[in-house]
Amino acid sequence: RMKLNLTKVVNGCRLGKIQNLGKTGDHTMDIPGCLLYTKTGSAPHLTHDTLNKIHGVPAMAQLTLSSLAEHHEVLAEYKKGVGNFIGMPEMLIYCSLHDPVSPCPAGYVTNKVLQKSTIIGVIEGGDVMEERLRSARETAKRPVGGFLLDGFQGNPATLETRLQLLSSVTAELPEDKPRLICGVSRPEEVLECIERGVDIFESFFPYLVTERGCALTFNFDYQPNPEETLLQQNGIQEEIQYEDQIKKINTTDCNQKMTSFEINLKEKKYREDFSPLVGECSCYCCKNYTRAYVHHLLVTNELLAGVLLMMHNFEHYFGFFYSIREALKSDRLAQLKELIRRQAS
Amino acid sequence: MVPRRSPGASTPPLYHVIKTTWRRPPCPAAHVVPGNKMATGLASPASLESAPRIMRLVAECTLSRARAGELRLSHGPVATPVFMPVGTQATMKGITTEQLDALGCRICLGNTYHLGLRPGPELIQKAHGLHGFMNWPHNLLTDSGGFQMVSLVALSEVTEEGVRFRSPYDGEETLLSPERSVEIQNALGSDIIMQLDDVVSSTVTGPRVEEAMHRSVRWLDRCIAAHRRPDTQNLFAIIQGGLDASLRATCLEEMTKRDVPGFAIGGLSGGESKAQFWKMVALSTSRLPKDKPRYLMGVGYATDLVVCVALGCDMFDCVYPTRTARFGSALVPTGQLQLKKKLYEKDFGPIDPECSCPTCKTHTRAFLHALLHSDNTAALHHLTVHNVAYQLQLMSAIRASIVERRFPDFVRSFMSTMYGDQSLYPSWATEALASVGITLS
Repeated sequence: RMKLNLTKVVNGCRLGKIQNLGKTGDHTMDIPGCLLYTKTGSAPHLTHDTLNKIHGVPAMAQLTLSSLAEHHEVLAEYKKGVGNFIGMPEMLIYCSLHDPVSPCPAGYVTNKVLQKSTIIGVIEGGDVMEERLRSARETAKRPVGGFLLDGFQGNPATLETRLQLLSSVTAELPEDKPRLICGVSRPEEVLECIERGVDIFESFFPYLVTERGCALTFNFDYQPNPEETLLQQNGIQEEIQYEDQIKKINTTDCNQKMTSFEINLKEKKYREDFSPLVGECSCYCCKNYTRAYVHHLLVTNELLAGVLLMMHNFEHYFGFFYSIREALKSDRLAQLKELIRRQAS
Repeated sequence: MVPRRSPGASTPPLYHVIKTTWRRPPCPAAHVVPGNKMATGLASPASLESAPRIMRLVAECTLSRARAGELRLSHGPVATPVFMPVGTQATMKGITTEQLDALGCRICLGNTYHLGLRPGPELIQKAHGLHGFMNWPHNLLTDSGGFQMVSLVALSEVTEEGVRFRSPYDGEETLLSPERSVEIQNALGSDIIMQLDDVVSSTVTGPRVEEAMHRSVRWLDRCIAAHRRPDTQNLFAIIQGGLDASLRATCLEEMTKRDVPGFAIGGLSGGESKAQFWKMVALSTSRLPKDKPRYLMGVGYATDLVVCVALGCDMFDCVYPTRTARFGSALVPTGQLQLKKKLYEKDFGPIDPECSCPTCKTHTRAFLHALLHSDNTAALHHLTVHNVAYQLQLMSAIRASIVERRFPDFVRSFMSTMYGDQSLYPSWATEALASVGITLS
């Protein structure tokens, strides 16, 4: 049976592993961690080959029931389970009711009984403290495998007010069961939620970045050498000033503004930039292609743009989560948080 | 990591993942004739001896005109007959160069017209050529831009000087002359470059066809004269003449006097009937030198490939397999599967159980059907991988049958699988094959 082992808890942040996962019970998931975001059972833009080129892919993929519901008859007849159907037989699968990228209004969540699966209890209650506490306490009494914190998503402004609520909610939950949150994926918000007892996140943020033709470039290296720090601080300052101007101009296809964690490769300045997307990134895109090339792909509306950006953005994002776990191990989360905070604006 | 602001000296990453080393084979001809000798347009028969021989014949069908061979190009050898997928804008649509390499592709196409506009030859030159820009370690062939004269006819105007295009992107006018086309292709650094030809649609008749044929000969001479890199880039001539046998014959006679490493058969694969099509192909191959490659442009349907190999062609290109993939159509030995159709909803087999491509090894028709009905582009990439694999596997099978001296049997088996009953065989194919000694009954 699935078991959560906490290695340590620092200022409310939980570091550990969920073990005995999967049909054979030998899969493990690191927390804090994220799920691999998929659309209709496939990572966006990526085939088996291109997905396998990404380093640090999470052990668990998120499928959305909304995308699979129309195929439930097919799945029933297939009989070999959804993991095999989507061509990811070795992956752990988490099925969420909604797609975080195209969500329904809160309150439309219902329980579904799934055989042989672990049920996650959903915590609701809107913005009302009393209701939140009631939901948390009642759900905690049930024999669920973990908890999904729903209704905390929204724009950055609303999350702030809800963070207080979040602390109170997680305080009511048993320590030995994982806590997932839906609809929260931005780096600075992830850290805030980890500090309030959340373990698992969705990885749709790198997907949104990809869809607007951008590449994640934020720095999560919280322990560079001092000279590096100075250079990067200067770099960050310039970057932030420039991005501030650009952000005001760029609104995106996904109704989300570009963040300061990314660069917009459609910009003319990248036309002759033959450096990789991110200097020391070891992803397939950065090792083999240049900013100029990805710019060209975006300008000419070529499909490969989405493929390469998704590969980079996922790898960058998974690297971020790795650095969170490392920071927790060495008690340096405050440094990482400060680094991220400086880049968020 | 925050990127450095200074424009570091880093060279573009080349071939990190594709581990095949590439090196130039020894230049086949020690005494390549420099371009400007041909400026007068006169060529003596003796010049034929000095043209670089880039093709080595390995086997010939004793019945038909089919040949198996090997091209020796700057970025490695290429087995022929070969199908070259088309990556117009420096990308094979949604698949990476590593995926393309893994499928066994060793030569693909880029397009001068498109790349000449975006991102432009100067930028590509800075990126270490088209190979460096798109990270492709194997061979590239670039079309000259001539075909766009037909496909974008509303935006173009042809004079003796060249083709004047109005850019669909910014309305700006550009002149694509033989010199400019070669200049761009020299900058791109492709291994095979094409002359700029005066292309007319195969459905056009009358004096325009003759005018275009003669102009193509003059433009060939201008391309030869303008070519700066004959030692690393092979300039092919393109035989024109429409569907008129005597015009084709004249063109063949003239162009084969020129000192080029290879010949393409152009102006076909438009709207003409298949009966006319094959006759022009057969006429062309009968008059082209045996020791130089024959590139039939714009041909890619399976049956057409098989028949035209029998007629003596070595190289082919076509957007069809990659384009049809993006419409949800998978190529199979019996034709094609329109995977979006409901009939595949619960089909739990692969596209083709005999196919060794990654798509067929990992996914079912049912899953691809479901994915095609979503907005995840991965569906298109799965099919692109498969369709390219299908084409390349077909050419491999054709080649093996030629080498093993059983090509006619291969043709018979192919036709039977594709069409079933003999009464369903397309008559043009039956006639074309019969003309070179292959009977289908």
